[in-house]
Amino acid sequence: MKNDHMEFYPVGAPDEYLTQIGRVVEIGGRQIAVFRLSDGRIFAALNQSPHPKGGPLAEGIVSGHYLYDPLYDWKIDLTTGLVQAPDTGRAHMLPVKVEDGQVWIGAGELQTTA
Amino acid sequence: METAKEKLVVIGNGMAGISTVEQILKLTTKFDITVFGSEPHPNYNRIMLSYVLEGSKTLDDIVLNDLNWYKDNGITLHTGTTVAKIDESRKEVVAADGLRVPYDKVLIATGSNSFILPIPGADKEGVVGFRDIADCNQMLEAAKTYRTAAVIGGGLLGLEAAKGLVQLGMDVTVVHLMEDLMERQLDHQAASMLKAELERQGIKFKMGAQTVELLGDKRVSGLRFADDTVLDAEFVVMAVGIKPNVAVAKESGIEVGRGIVVNDYLQTSMENVYSVGECTEHRGVCYGLVAPLFEQGMVLAKHISGIDTAPYEGSVVSTKLKISGVDVFSTGEFIDGPEHTVIANKDDWKRTYKKILLKDGVMVGAVLFGDITDSAELQKLIKQKTVMTDELYASLMGTGCCGGGKKSTSVENMADEEIVCGCNGVTKGTIVDVITNQGLTTVDEIKACTGATRSCGGCKPVVEQILQYVLGDGFKTAAKQGICGCTTLSRDEIVAEIKAKGLQTTKEVMNVLGWSQPEGCSKCRPAINYYLGMLHPDTHEDEKESRFVNERMSANIQKDGTYTVVPRMYGGVTTPEELKKIADISLKYDVKVVKVTGGQRLDLIGVKKEDLPKVWEELDMPSGYAYAKSLRTVKTCVGSQFCRFGTQDSMGMGATLERKFERLDFPAKFKMAVNGCPRNCAESCTKDIGIVGNDGGWEIFVGGNGGIKARLADSLCKVKTDEELIEIVGAVMQYYRETGNYLERTSEWVERIGLDQIKAAVVDDTENRKALLERIEFALEQVEDPWKKLLNDEDKRDKLFGRLEMSSQL
Repeated sequence: MKNDHMEFYPVGAPDEYLTQIGRVVEIGGRQIAVFRLSDGRIFAALNQSPHPKGGPLAEGIVSGHYLYDPLYDWKIDLTTGLVQAPDTGRAHMLPVKVEDGQVWIGAGELQTTA
Repeated sequence: METAKEKLVVIGNGMAGISTVEQILKLTTKFDITVFGSEPHPNYNRIMLSYVLEGSKTLDDIVLNDLNWYKDNGITLHTGTTVAKIDESRKEVVAADGLRVPYDKVLIATGSNSFILPIPGADKEGVVGFRDIADCNQMLEAAKTYRTAAVIGGGLLGLEAAKGLVQLGMDVTVVHLMEDLMERQLDHQAASMLKAELERQGIKFKMGAQTVELLGDKRVSGLRFADDTVLDAEFVVMAVGIKPNVAVAKESGIEVGRGIVVNDYLQTSMENVYSVGECTEHRGVCYGLVAPLFEQGMVLAKHISGIDTAPYEGSVVSTKLKISGVDVFSTGEFIDGPEHTVIANKDDWKRTYKKILLKDGVMVGAVLFGDITDSAELQKLIKQKTVMTDELYASLMGTGCCGGGKKSTSVENMADEEIVCGCNGVTKGTIVDVITNQGLTTVDEIKACTGATRSCGGCKPVVEQILQYVLGDGFKTAAKQGICGCTTLSRDEIVAEIKAKGLQTTKEVMNVLGWSQPEGCSKCRPAINYYLGMLHPDTHEDEKESRFVNERMSANIQKDGTYTVVPRMYGGVTTPEELKKIADISLKYDVKVVKVTGGQRLDLIGVKKEDLPKVWEELDMPSGYAYAKSLRTVKTCVGSQFCRFGTQDSMGMGATLERKFERLDFPAKFKMAVNGCPRNCAESCTKDIGIVGNDGGWEIFVGGNGGIKARLADSLCKVKTDEELIEIVGAVMQYYRETGNYLERTSEWVERIGLDQIKAAVVDDTENRKALLERIEFALEQVEDPWKKLLNDEDKRDKLFGRLEMSSQL
């Protein structure tokens, strides 16, 4: 799966992920939160809240393409990672593709540090 | 061991058919389901077509079940396929394209078609009905090319179509046979106010006009009326009514009147064939609105799944016109006759009108124009055949004066730098600033802008007061607030709509009630999930995805992402064996802290998410629900078993109550205490229900709280026996479950509802108490230990708690 810009890792079939309930995937020691929306789209982010106090993201409530973080109820747009007003910040989103019945997460940039 | 599934074929892929299928799926998995739809779309919300035409919603917004839903539920869907007939002898459903599908049961839900007037020219180009997405698209297209349009029919659909076309820039005339618009839903008064309002919005009217011919060559160019006058129109919408679509039934030899004739269990004259929705005729009535279709679907789903159900006995219908800026509502009987007592109030200045009809003192119908805030309440009262009382009259019609003018103005003296919201550090100055400079008018807006009230909500009253102080009289006119930013509906309106329309899932609620954010937010999703479970304890399928993290995981999340585990210790009593087990497991799973909680039990802090199921399994103790909006602990003192002052067995009663009422969902967390004597060592005064033993029985206190806003509990009543105690406790709990706002603690609830009202409902009215008890007992029959349940469901357990590991083997 070598690619000039990004390495993609297979992380199981889409139905490994319950609709609207996040799940943690570990790639090279880093925790990644994966979300499957009710329309079937899948998003992935580093499992780390942009809130100054940190904490996980995977357990938040998913509504449409927004995530409400589980500890502080920050509203995060999963398509961009941007935190919605009145709060500010950005979750670290990772590229996702679904091919051959597999979900692939582009986590190449993380790998270099592992 | 799997036996062959029964084959259920659904003819019709609209709201009636699919909502029935959704209900069936909740009750049984015994069916292998095939759905035929003649439209090329998945199931969409037909009620919302008006919004699509108006431009405030897109087609995607109104889809109720997308293609994934069919796939996920294993349903075979044939879109764009019309069914020709049911072949009873071969037990097959036959499609127009020749496809044959065998069946055990058939559900006909073919809905209705626009009724096209049988007049010369009705088949010309440019003449459409207003029924489906295709009609809607034609109207959108026509508006781009043509300028003049006529809508034949001044009913609900006709007016919505007319408004849509005006919005699209067309010159529209509504042609109506009668002298009053919507004469099947409104009285003369409301109809004339409606006409005046719509004229202001740019719609023209030709009343009392019978169309006899559509003029033009290939394409329509105008209308000719019975008096020989002519109206030019390049586009004509026929909205004179709907006609049940009975083609399949007729072709199959099923008894048909106006619609497909069914009995009280929605069975047609052909064995194993049912009919539901607008194509159906029940006791001589064909319904054309959405509420009856949900009610029919619910009875049918139970019946077909082999579950006992009360028969369907018809529906009380109500109507709401979906044109922005024109609010009209009617329900039940609305034309007054000699048998009615009429309560009416017309205000030409505010352009509002309200009429309530009584028959022998009982409310039987209502019409509202201009201000329909009472519509859900009226609908409920009329459906329940409520008797009018002075109190009801005062609350519905107003009495002209009311108390409550003593709102504190202490915020006036508050310094600008004083912190109002302690959780998020928002000062009074900041709040005043956003109200004056950004023009905010609601607490929700202030929350979104500054963060005030967002976390614990304790400062909400102060923020409200600041709003009131800054806006002065402007405050009253501020927009009505819903339970969250997604809706303007209040808790009571939502609950009434869920009951009236038989809504079953959060998604259905949000779709049908027009949520602005289609899947809701972290405020309303858990709330709606709670209300649904409270109303339908047996059939509501709890939505894990709509629960807060703690309730979803059955454990409390900590700031580092680890969890805590609190097993039950009924009445705060444990054993050496349990303690030993807890100690061993704490060591084995490297628990960071073992904490004695305020509720007399032990908290294992710092358990890793993936270890949770193992810890539960090895503990083999029931979940303590420390994470839930549910009964937490029943704190007890030592009591008469050992204490020299004890007059009652508080440990025993505490454990009994905790065992009886654990696991049930409440609007908010619920804490109790039982004391053996009035020394009150277990602190009953700060509990949701506090119980104090005395020499001759027990005294029950409600609404105490030791948290955000401390409140001493009020004495509710005294009882003599243990049985009575358990009864009153159960009745209070159920009354709170049924009337409490989600997240509202009993301390706020008691103040809002009033202690007298609660006393009347659970202490004085023994009939009502019995009914409350029956309902709570029924709900209690449905509960199950969540830890055990997750341990037994391997798939869900893995997907909820398991981490997928992806080692870097590439």
